[in-house]
Amino acid sequence: MTVASPILAPHAVAAAPAPDTLARRLRASGRIVVGGGVLLIMLIACLATLPFTLDRSGTGALKGALYFDRQTPALQRRVPAFRVNGQVTPALWFGADTLGRSLLGRSLLGGSISLLIGFAAAAISVFLGVSVGLVAGYRGGWLDSLLMRSVDILYGLPYILLVVLFKMALEPMFGRAGLSPPVANLVVLFLAIGLVSWLTMARVIRGQVLSLRAQPFVEACKAAGLGEWRIFTRHLLPNLIGPITVYATLIIPIAILEESFLSFLGIGIQPPMPTWGSLASDGLIPALNRIHQYPHMLIVPCALLSVTLLSLNFMGDGLRDVFDPKREAAKV
Amino acid sequence: MGRFIAIRVLQLPLILAVIYLLTFVLVWVAPGDPFTRTDKKIDPVVIESMKKKMHAESWRSFLAHYPVQMIKGDFGASLTYDDVSVTDIIRAGLPVSVSLGLLAMVIAVYAGVCIGTLAAVSRGGLFDWFSLSVALIGISLPSFVIGSALFALFCGTLHWFPIGSWGSFSAMVLPGLALSLTPMAYIARLTRVSMIDMLSSDFIRTARAKGLSRATVIWKHGLKNAVLPVISFLGPASAATLTGSFIVEKVFNIPGLGQHFVNSVLNRDQTLILGTVMVYSIFLLTFNLIVDVAYAFVDPRIDVTAKQ
Repeated sequence: MTVASPILAPHAVAAAPAPDTLARRLRASGRIVVGGGVLLIMLIACLATLPFTLDRSGTGALKGALYFDRQTPALQRRVPAFRVNGQVTPALWFGADTLGRSLLGRSLLGGSISLLIGFAAAAISVFLGVSVGLVAGYRGGWLDSLLMRSVDILYGLPYILLVVLFKMALEPMFGRAGLSPPVANLVVLFLAIGLVSWLTMARVIRGQVLSLRAQPFVEACKAAGLGEWRIFTRHLLPNLIGPITVYATLIIPIAILEESFLSFLGIGIQPPMPTWGSLASDGLIPALNRIHQYPHMLIVPCALLSVTLLSLNFMGDGLRDVFDPKREAAKV
Repeated sequence: MGRFIAIRVLQLPLILAVIYLLTFVLVWVAPGDPFTRTDKKIDPVVIESMKKKMHAESWRSFLAHYPVQMIKGDFGASLTYDDVSVTDIIRAGLPVSVSLGLLAMVIAVYAGVCIGTLAAVSRGGLFDWFSLSVALIGISLPSFVIGSALFALFCGTLHWFPIGSWGSFSAMVLPGLALSLTPMAYIARLTRVSMIDMLSSDFIRTARAKGLSRATVIWKHGLKNAVLPVISFLGPASAATLTGSFIVEKVFNIPGLGQHFVNSVLNRDQTLILGTVMVYSIFLLTFNLIVDVAYAFVDPRIDVTAKQ
């Protein structure tokens, strides 16, 4: 566990007499560097290989060997291999699944889909959470009570059930609107996840806005006759970048987790499209079969998903400490 | 205090009504009337009698009658399973899911509070490092990863626990453990942070100065206060346990309510969806209510009626 050691490393930041700029603190935090680095590698690996994993025609450099839905019956349930008959075969680096499809290709495309859903859902919930938090905190009064009461009530709802219900209801609508089924599937999934995970963000932003509102510069803005919109976008938002970044980083892994839960249960992304959750679900039975065991089918997607989520949480924790000095004091 | 409880108790049916309406709109109106399905050819006479039996001549009459039926304990007929009613399915699955969830919550609270406290006491030490790593792993890893790892290790390789059986306590241990890890990780983190706060407070120093032992001070005086954020986290934790239980039930092949919810969604079995969503919601909301009331009792300083 070399990755975990920075947790303990006393923050160089606190003691350093050098100018304590944000960029400096970001670089000094081992967790942000390590977590962000791993995440970046994962993102590049998944996105840069999209031309290969979506190469249905087989005319590309790899002759479609990594195409996510290319079934080669002879390769069924092959264990990982780097060379077959003396030839390098990238398609078998992670082995093959029950239908003889390259697990590497499927994992890479699955990663792109999982990450896309994570980021898109996080973007939606950041937008919703920040808007609600800003309006509730700034306006105050009955609007604040109404919004925050609703947030309290929504907190108690079985949100995963709501995600499923949203998805069920919206998917036929999007289908009728002319989106192709896989695209509608994807869009509905991140909309549904985004719609239910903005609550924490709204609470945090509202709290921050309440304290910002009491400060002289907001009063100066009002006295100068600035409109509400301008105060929001030019004066309040820049001061909220810290908490927004931190909670956005922490929402992404939650969104990815939720997507993987749903896909694991078979309610999320529909086959043949892969995601890490559905790949793990496909691998469950072959991996736990007592007679013919193929653990790689479960281990590969689980490992990729776990590494990604760990690095995201790692980065989020690091960011939280950088942006919130009070927490840091309690830590070391 | 009495007023707060009264308001919360009165709120409960209102929230349930909102959930009912939302669920109804999402599963019934949006994808179309369940009785005019294209995937299954049903005799019109059968449909007529089914509609009559369930007061579903129009969606309005169903909307009005279903809650009344539910209060009487009748959730109607399932639209996919021929001979089983939704009530039967819930009656069979609910005790399994609830006992699994309760076991997981007990493990999570007990282990989480212990780990968090020990970590706070040995702050910066080896156990602290260990607990932070465990918490990070517990928060990051999906329960199907943890569940299948436990399954492969303890059922497959070591043969410590039975495979694919349900009914004995030993069959509950692994699923309970897999389910408890995520809330446990959060609880350990919360306890650690608030315990660190507590340990540097004045009343702890006074208690030590009076000659009380370190153990008494930590476990009795410190923990009583440090455990407050944990109690307020129990509501979200129970929601997380619900999600996790769907997954864990699939990994360990447990006959709980989770698989029925998943199947009802896949089969578009509207009555079963309504029934399971309402039962889950009643459980979650009641539990949240109990937690909130308990919170007010545990810490009388907190003015629950104030709007933060």
